[in-house]
Amino acid sequence: MVNPGAEAGKAAEAAKAAVRYNSMELMICLAARCLEDGSTVVVGTGAPCAAAMLAQKTCSPNLMIMFEAGGAGPLLPSMPISVGDSRTFYHGLFAGSMGEIMDACQRGMVDCTFLGGAQIDPYGNINSTVIGPHAKPKVRFPGSGGANDLASLCWRTMMITPQDAKRFVPKCDFVTSPGYLTGPGAREAAGLPPGTGPYKVITQLAVIGFDEATKRMKVEGLHPGVTREDVIKNTGFELLWAEEVSTSEPPREEELRILREQVDPYRYIIGRG
Amino acid sequence: MEVKQQGEGRLFTDPDANRAREYFRTKPRALKSKLTTVSEAVANLIHDGDYVAVGGFGTNRIPTALLHEIVRQKKKNLGLSGHTATHDFQILAAGGCIDRCDVAYVVGLEARGLSRNSRRLFESGQLEVTEWTNAALAWRYRAAAMGVPFIPARSMLGTDTFKKSAAKEIECPFTGETLVALPALYPDVALVHVHRADAYGNCQVDGIMVADQELTRAAKKVIVTCERLIPNEEIRRQPEKTAITYFTVDAVIEVPFGSYPGNMAGEYFSDEEHIREWLSAEEDPQTFRAFLDKYIYGTKDFQEYLGLCGGLARMQKLRALELLSIPKGGE
Repeated sequence: MVNPGAEAGKAAEAAKAAVRYNSMELMICLAARCLEDGSTVVVGTGAPCAAAMLAQKTCSPNLMIMFEAGGAGPLLPSMPISVGDSRTFYHGLFAGSMGEIMDACQRGMVDCTFLGGAQIDPYGNINSTVIGPHAKPKVRFPGSGGANDLASLCWRTMMITPQDAKRFVPKCDFVTSPGYLTGPGAREAAGLPPGTGPYKVITQLAVIGFDEATKRMKVEGLHPGVTREDVIKNTGFELLWAEEVSTSEPPREEELRILREQVDPYRYIIGRG
Repeated sequence: MEVKQQGEGRLFTDPDANRAREYFRTKPRALKSKLTTVSEAVANLIHDGDYVAVGGFGTNRIPTALLHEIVRQKKKNLGLSGHTATHDFQILAAGGCIDRCDVAYVVGLEARGLSRNSRRLFESGQLEVTEWTNAALAWRYRAAAMGVPFIPARSMLGTDTFKKSAAKEIECPFTGETLVALPALYPDVALVHVHRADAYGNCQVDGIMVADQELTRAAKKVIVTCERLIPNEEIRRQPEKTAITYFTVDAVIEVPFGSYPGNMAGEYFSDEEHIREWLSAEEDPQTFRAFLDKYIYGTKDFQEYLGLCGGLARMQKLRALELLSIPKGGE
């Protein structure tokens, strides 16, 4: 006689195994789960916006999404292409100005932001300005935009970024946006608001936090199938490791369904995974 | 007040509030029509060497018609405030109109990628650059709008962005904390595109303002293009809707679809196909030259450009995209 419980268990196992996802989908789901219900977040376009949209439709229905150009609290009908396009205040709570959004950050009312960049160092400092000399750079990137302000003024800075040794460098060519600068106490000494700084870096390999004592990157979790060696090989500096490194929980079926059907149906972002 | 450190970047504009007051003292306050044309406004109000600032946000509510005309009239040695200057920077860079730039965000077009030609301008070393942030430039406009020489803030500290800026680090006279002093930015000319304006220059805007209120109060001269001219009575019916006041404005021109290929909230969505065409034409300098000849140098005005881009049929499609909120990929 067949044990019905065991059958159900097997079916669940099979269903789980059938859930296929790519690394971008995993990164977005992990980032979404970091966004607390009832909190405020400033996002840009791309993966951060997808993460905030997903969070709003899953774990954090009362997440207040803000865009630096002035939009806040939209019911996003689709992925914005620009941080200032009309989707960013579609059926929103507020359509104001950049000064007002940045004031809110400076006043201490924005919990979280997401940033990216061409280079990131062990202290979470980010370069999005130049490679090579500033006056005649080898490569020119767009510059800070609002990134320096958000990294300076929001309570927590998160990053969703591909991880490789060229991007995770011992020292940035140019520090556009502040992480923990040179280490413990450096942000406060520079005059940045106390209690702010990098919180998590989510890559295609791992979830990385920051060590309380040294303010350096510390690996907290590895994605399923990823080894320590994979992470070490793709990092240009020495990482710290949590005592117990967890395994990232893969995307749940419900998260993937919402992400694919409602958040990014045209696969602009998740298609890059 | 002790200056603890200062950035190495050059300050391109004068932050002196008293000299600005002397200028604003002479600015006419009379409620007179300022209606003109794009070509006249650019010819009369923008001079080689001026420092220019552009309203909107990159590809959203930008005054494209004015920007094209600056290129068409071959203005030279302009300074530019790179406050999320994406397509606007791309146009002025294409025309070789600028030689110095306060950079917060340039070269990129957000999610769409990078402008190859704009990048070349930086990498050739031909452009003098001072770095800032988006908030810093918005707050610099605000200081000017307030009529004070600087405003304190708490970003940029501890970074190379500060080092390459023209900001100064000061000690707060009340708390002793380190603050950044951002110098007031009084542009010579501000270019903005709005939804509605009357002939005097009272303007209404739907959706986000970005930094246009501060900017138009900071600038010595302001050129406004609008989607639609409205009678003064309509302004007076809803004075709370007046985002920009007539006495800051020097010229008003009605330019329907004036932000194309950008997005105008509630009117039309951005033309992503045309923006992609711009970006890909830039891959090759010769192709790009032909592209500019076709769309800017070879056209007599913005209406002709719109015609080349698909005219009313295209505009109607972009309007449907905007109003029906069809996701971009649903085109």
